[in-house]
Amino acid sequence: MTVKEFAERLNLKVMIEGEMDREITGCYIGDLLSWVMGRAPEDSAWLTVMGNINSIAVATLADVSCIVLVENAALDENAAQKADIHGVTILQTPENSYQLAVKLHGLLEE
Amino acid sequence: MSNAIHLHYDVSGEDFTRAGEASGAVKKTLRRLGYNNDAIRRVAISMYEAEINMVIHAEGGYCDVDIYPDRVEILLSDHGPGIPDVEKAMQEGFSTAPDNVRTLGFGAGMGLPNIKKYTDDMRIETTIGVGTNVYLTVTVNE
Repeated sequence: MTVKEFAERLNLKVMIEGEMDREITGCYIGDLLSWVMGRAPEDSAWLTVMGNINSIAVATLADVSCIVLVENAALDENAAQKADIHGVTILQTPENSYQLAVKLHGLLEE
Repeated sequence: MSNAIHLHYDVSGEDFTRAGEASGAVKKTLRRLGYNNDAIRRVAISMYEAEINMVIHAEGGYCDVDIYPDRVEILLSDHGPGIPDVEKAMQEGFSTAPDNVRTLGFGAGMGLPNIKKYTDDMRIETTIGVGTNVYLTVTVNE
């Protein structure tokens, strides 16, 4: 499933449109950036409440497919700019990580 | 030892917005050179952690990166306060980062352990009040 399909099927708000054709093969949830960077698998959707500029660096370095800001967590202005430059897709949802992860799992199992 | 590509980056202190620029640039270079994803990821993660450490603790410093066909060697050097107890600093969860850093999602005490985990060799030279040199080697496995 691509990031684009993921966003469309789960009604996620596209805050920054990066590489929408990237494949999503899994999901990772976490807010401690060092923890996430060391453990998030490549090509996963990263669910977090951290919308700061360092999140973008972590997403880039760990090679996740996209960031999803859950529970409508905010995206900092400088983070938005950096995401745009680096082609990192940022999505947003009112749902919490658990709710979204369950739905994502369903889509990945199809 | 020949055929190395040498890269040098200054890391500015107290500037979280720029942390990751050096590791991001190295990542791009390695990708262009055709290194495998595993090696690229390990270099990028360990270098970023070390960069963040320099920003948090040492008011910046510099990185020297030497890219060889079979390995990447990285030196991160700063004139910060030094690490009083390296063994303790290597423990997962041990951190001396200030609270403002924690609100940004850092300071979990994962930096040095992550670096150790992702590199094949890691050496720390540190002197209190003088600074710290961290030497990293990532071997490229085909």
